[in-house]
Amino acid sequence: MRYIPNTPDDREAMLREIGVSHFNELIESIPESLRLKSPLKLPNGKSEGEVKTHMIELARKNRNATSSSSFVGAGSYDHFIPSAVNALASRSEFATAYTPYQPEVAQGTLQVIYEFQSMICELFGMEAANASMYDAGTALAEAVMLTFRSTKRSTIIIPDNIHPSYRRVTKTLTRCLDLNIIGVPCTDGKLDVASVEKELSDQTAALVLQYPNFYGIVENIEPFIQLAHSNKSLAIIVADPLAMGVLEAPGSFDADIVVGEGQGLGNPQSYGGPYLGLFAAKQKFARMMPGRIVGVTKDVDGRRGFVLTLQTREQHIRRDKATSNICTNEGLCATRATFFMSLIGPSGLRDIGNACMRRTAYLRDELARIKGFSCPQDGPHFKEFLLRIPGNAESFFEFMAERGILSGVPLSQLGLNDPHGLLVAVTENRTQTELDAYISLAKTFSKEYAHAVPASA
Amino acid sequence: MPSPHPLKQLQSETQLIFELSRPGRTGFQATATPASLPHVKLPSTLTRKTAPRLPEVAENTAVRHYTNLSVRNHHIDRDFYPLGSCTMKYNPKVNDELAAHPGFAAISPKQSEASSQGAMELMYELSSALIEITGMDHITLQPAAGAQGEQTALLMFRAYHEKCFGKPRKAVIIPDSAHGTNPASIVNAGYEVIQLPSADDGMVDVGALKNVLNEDIAALMITNPNTLGLFEKKILEINDLVHQAGGLVYMDGANLNALLGIARPGDMGFDACHMNLHKTFSTPHGGGGPGSGPVAVKKKLEPFLPTPVLVVLNNKFHWEWNRPDSIGNVHSFYGNFGIHVRALAYILSMGSEGMRGIAENSIINANYLRVMLADCYQIQQNVPCMHEVIISGSRQKARGIRTHDIAKRLLDYGVHPPTVYFPLIVPECMMIEPTESESRETLDDFVDIMKTIDKEVDEHPDELLSAPHLTPVRRLDEASAARTLDIRYYK
Repeated sequence: MRYIPNTPDDREAMLREIGVSHFNELIESIPESLRLKSPLKLPNGKSEGEVKTHMIELARKNRNATSSSSFVGAGSYDHFIPSAVNALASRSEFATAYTPYQPEVAQGTLQVIYEFQSMICELFGMEAANASMYDAGTALAEAVMLTFRSTKRSTIIIPDNIHPSYRRVTKTLTRCLDLNIIGVPCTDGKLDVASVEKELSDQTAALVLQYPNFYGIVENIEPFIQLAHSNKSLAIIVADPLAMGVLEAPGSFDADIVVGEGQGLGNPQSYGGPYLGLFAAKQKFARMMPGRIVGVTKDVDGRRGFVLTLQTREQHIRRDKATSNICTNEGLCATRATFFMSLIGPSGLRDIGNACMRRTAYLRDELARIKGFSCPQDGPHFKEFLLRIPGNAESFFEFMAERGILSGVPLSQLGLNDPHGLLVAVTENRTQTELDAYISLAKTFSKEYAHAVPASA
Repeated sequence: MPSPHPLKQLQSETQLIFELSRPGRTGFQATATPASLPHVKLPSTLTRKTAPRLPEVAENTAVRHYTNLSVRNHHIDRDFYPLGSCTMKYNPKVNDELAAHPGFAAISPKQSEASSQGAMELMYELSSALIEITGMDHITLQPAAGAQGEQTALLMFRAYHEKCFGKPRKAVIIPDSAHGTNPASIVNAGYEVIQLPSADDGMVDVGALKNVLNEDIAALMITNPNTLGLFEKKILEINDLVHQAGGLVYMDGANLNALLGIARPGDMGFDACHMNLHKTFSTPHGGGGPGSGPVAVKKKLEPFLPTPVLVVLNNKFHWEWNRPDSIGNVHSFYGNFGIHVRALAYILSMGSEGMRGIAENSIINANYLRVMLADCYQIQQNVPCMHEVIISGSRQKARGIRTHDIAKRLLDYGVHPPTVYFPLIVPECMMIEPTESESRETLDDFVDIMKTIDKEVDEHPDELLSAPHLTPVRRLDEASAARTLDIRYYK
């Protein structure tokens, strides 16, 4: 057992010191009937080499974004990760520490989180941010709960162009509260003021908006935020942090709470997790925020230092009165995001944003020209768009996948009733060669499937 | 004037990355976008007017800054970290290497099932192993941490009572020694909390339990071994009582390390339990996550598992969404897959015998510390413990030194203090979990340090009251941090 130093001889000697003659004397409190009589039905321990062989065999059964060109998005994106992020994050000092309960020996972690909170505030134009949530869906659920507690109103409006997974997670995690979640239909992927206005009432705690929305469209969120505020409701924005170099910050539009998915900030896609729930708010909500928060203080010698603060909100102190039950969060993912943001800086974030938009615009324009294909939703797009396929989107995905391109996410896979819709994501990692290969294969598909009934718009 | 000093570097005040920032510097160069691609003009209202004030530093400046910050942390690879209930065991390096393999790290949760069969097979293999280890029937890997696992199970309990008996029940019982996440999760799941005082021996008071059990009680939630490091001897009777009253029983699996290959929650009658992959199954704690909190359940709870459920269909792995009684989703995707990769690699490395070896060694290590520390420190329950031992600083407090001071003094000796002041029912509590990763020599060193500190209580009390002295910063004013609330940098 290569991870356990004590040998059988060590254990014998220790048992003698303890004053027992056999290990079983130490577990006599476990009723005899409960003690396992035979070993667990698991394979025998493997060598490190055997473990690697087995695991890599599993890894090879997956297609991945380094061996295929990936246009798959819907909440998880193939953004560039600088090598320095991986190198720094693999340091044991960050990876093998735990929650900074002893701040004197956790200043590395604590200062990184303080810098993280500061950077997230900057991206979203907000005053306060916490140390992280599990992912965007759970961050949205926590934001909804905060507005529910703070306004003492019971209805949350979550329009249909919010990521369906985030809607589902919010619904699940709030299902035991006295809270109604209502949807608002969209037209061509966009919201209109009149349909939101119709749903507002004196019970509306919050209106949720996604920016850019689930279909990649950059909607003007300002009039909706004003509408919510005129009704004394709060506005929760689900924002893409990678878009914040080019898009106006939600804080500038007077958003009350901004949440988001921080995976793209230096974290691998890793089949959906671990990801990074971002949570930022106006200062007046700081003391109601869920999760950990790091603040500045001084030590007895007057040196600047960092500590977990406002812990009386948290479960380990406040127990059943806590603002949330979150304890372990996504510390190392937030750490990676901090390294990422430090490296790319403001100019890098702007360049990445522009690169996403230009590549997206190119592919979208070119695909819309192909016979049978269309891009039915207009408006500015950031890094994702809806493509209508002549034929079944899942068949198109398979056709492209066989030729080395993971072409997007069929809407049918997202629980949406639209067999022709494919959500296509284009990050800065996609080269013109890859974009042109996509276009050329789509043309082939269009010809081969010319007999198929064209999708109705 | 600078002057040389061995600790100067470590103890000098650090700068913030923002304070190192200079206009025009950068650590990144974007790949150029081909000129032939269209330019996109956003409407002016939607165009960013003021760039976010992220730091402007070269790559090497950032690397040096964060490397220097990193050495201000205590961590497992540096020295002993006996933080009770957190299972700070060694994190094998091969696990991280495997999780970073592009075949795992560069796959999207939304690519097709056909293109992710390896990831699904991995989750299936891990699920099967965890089901065997816990003695349960089914599992979800979706919860991202232990607390989320608790909430997930409680939502399933609620759905179970609704579906099978027409309405949910009202309250969940916890012992007063429960982890803080338990009551918080109970409230999030829409239940009232009923706190049960522990008996004098630290166990669930069966008589008191009988008194509170009725048709309003949805569940009992207990940690086993409990937070005193003791196995609940009457667990079968306790679980029977709750079941007879129509309730369900949940095991907080934070302390599962003690049970591996020795006994299984499923055999004890628990209906559900979570496990913390970042504790028991060696995945790095990451300075506070990411963790992973799978929940294993008995058959009767299977219909309520979060969607999607991983199944085998026509010899292929498949995500099944059509489950009308499911509670829904607790994570945007399938949970913390990168952590699942590491946990499976660990289970494969340790194997069946290794699982039991983990438990045996962690129990021997904890009992060794119990016996060796009993001379100097009060041990309320000086009986064989499981994987962690609870000692009290009450003798030292009587001599003017609190557990808080002992904890701070341990920092000067280079070890991380145990969990302190928890469980709440033990005065001046120190909860020590050595784990199986530590050698006898490390434990002996720790015992020497604890004995030395006990001597210092009488000989140099001021050293303790003002400790730590050798850490990057000394005692910090936590009260003023909450008062002034500086939680972000403003230029």
